[in-house]
Amino acid sequence: MLGEGILKGLGETARNFAGSFVSAERLTTVQYPEERVAPIEATRDFPFLVYDGSDWEKGLRCVACQICEKECPPKCIYIVKSTDKKPDALGKPQIYPVRFDIDISVCMSCQICVEVCPFEAIKMDTEFELSTTDRFGGLLYDRKELAKSNEYYHTIHPTEAAEVDARLAEEKAKADAKAKAAAAAAAAKAAAPTAPKPAATVVSAASTPAASTPAAKTHEGEKPEGDKQG
Amino acid sequence: MIEKADQIFVLLAHWLVSFLPAVLQQPAMVLLGVVAIIVTFPALFAITVLLERKGLGRMQNRYGPNRVGPYGLFQPIADGIKSLTKEDIVPLSADAVVHFLAPVLLVVVVFMGYAVLPIGRNMTLVHMDAGLLFFFAIGASTELSVFMAGWSSRNKYSLLGAMRAVAQMISYEVPLLMSSVAVVMITGSLSLGRIVDAQNQYSYGLPHWYIFTPWGFAGFLLFAVAATAETNRSPFDLPEGESELVAGYFTEYSGFKFALFFLGEYVGMMGISGLGTTLFLGGYSAPLQVLGFVPSWFWFFSKIMLSMCVFIWVRGTLPRLRQDQLMNFAWKFVLPLSMLNLFVAALWRFMGDGLMRWGLCSAILLAAYVLMARVGLSWKHIGPRSYRYAD
Repeated sequence: MLGEGILKGLGETARNFAGSFVSAERLTTVQYPEERVAPIEATRDFPFLVYDGSDWEKGLRCVACQICEKECPPKCIYIVKSTDKKPDALGKPQIYPVRFDIDISVCMSCQICVEVCPFEAIKMDTEFELSTTDRFGGLLYDRKELAKSNEYYHTIHPTEAAEVDARLAEEKAKADAKAKAAAAAAAAKAAAPTAPKPAATVVSAASTPAASTPAAKTHEGEKPEGDKQG
Repeated sequence: MIEKADQIFVLLAHWLVSFLPAVLQQPAMVLLGVVAIIVTFPALFAITVLLERKGLGRMQNRYGPNRVGPYGLFQPIADGIKSLTKEDIVPLSADAVVHFLAPVLLVVVVFMGYAVLPIGRNMTLVHMDAGLLFFFAIGASTELSVFMAGWSSRNKYSLLGAMRAVAQMISYEVPLLMSSVAVVMITGSLSLGRIVDAQNQYSYGLPHWYIFTPWGFAGFLLFAVAATAETNRSPFDLPEGESELVAGYFTEYSGFKFALFFLGEYVGMMGISGLGTTLFLGGYSAPLQVLGFVPSWFWFFSKIMLSMCVFIWVRGTLPRLRQDQLMNFAWKFVLPLSMLNLFVAALWRFMGDGLMRWGLCSAILLAAYVLMARVGLSWKHIGPRSYRYAD
């Protein structure tokens, strides 16, 4: 019958109208600034730099290998390598970024920088209230603004951070064992008169992710070619 | 006391005018009436927009605007300030004069319709013998302004919207007139005041509104459908069609001109609601004799606002029609039924009192409705269009 559907529809909207005043579960709107939904664990928006310990400058995991800078599709990362080396959180001398800038107005939150980082140094943040009145400087984050502690990483992505910590501990244990073995070998060779040489080998063997550093090197070497082709 | 409350605005106007010299009293009276209309209906427009935004929100299970002021009550003020302070952009290739005149014409024309509406007892601005004719003549001019807007913008979407609007408004003007003519036939007058007087009578405490007769009920429904289409209101909002035509004929309007179109649309809706109220719902008369102590203007405004609520309700319920469905509905369903309704009204007029005419008139209309709906619209040329290569 013509009009039946219209009446049914009118009934439905009337039910919605009246129902929204009596039953709260009909209104699914979360009134944002006052009410918030806790972000789901997989939330991500912009990258930040992880540091261990309490001093952000000392504990920065980043060794300025520039893989992320090269992989970044919109090219929003800018890194300047240091000329000197500084001991990292584990006490090894490492190159560190003198400048590490991310322009979050350019960043597209693709997470590629996180995936390529061999040092677990860059991770995705969940902070989204980043509005600023300065559209250029205010959205260009330097390394100080980007540095966030590992504890913070644990609070925003607990599962992922635990995995990362386990992996880092494993790598550290492996490196320690290797160093110990190297030290033992050095001790065995202690009879030999060339004393300072084994010390040098210890240092090179101890560079934490023993396997990934060369890989990173090759990657670094290959990439510019690819860029030229592209 | 009751009489005073009913005539409060009339008395107020007389009191204000009495300060002026005798020569100026007559024009001042008219001017006061005009100002009252120009102030009252935009105020109602603001309330309606708020009602619409909040009501539609509730129908869609959301809150609607609730940030500006308590419960979002100051939202219309914020909207007004926003539209006033926005940049007014005129396209380079637009016909600037016509582009400017279109919204002005719309608003002027829409307000002119109120001149003949009896808003309350003794509250008609112009007592015109052919008030209904005047209203329709003025109402038809809105098509001109819509087409001016679409044509002068030099934008394909605007022009498409304007074309659609003109086609639609002309199509639905016919059933709108036809359903109103039934009232004229029964009352024997084109004067809106006379039409209200004819309905402002009570038997057994119930009013003699035309909606409570078979032909009046059918006429009112047809009038409502045609009025919805005439004011480009959802589900007949094809000329605006946000999803396919951006905003139809006012795509190229911004700032206050856009606000004027918006105002014109809503004030036009209120005007046609006022006409529908006058023709079928007894104008300013009370719905029950015992409620006669309430001022007449209160009834008129509550009837208008009630019909605005129905407009909003329908908008929240129905999706937009397709162009061919719109035309089919106008020419193959609404128009034949409204012509039949004329015949039924004539029957009603000449059959005299009694249950006989109730039965016969209702039966004819009901049978026609069922027949048209069942047979007519399911016939392949009238019903949903099937595309040969669609499957």
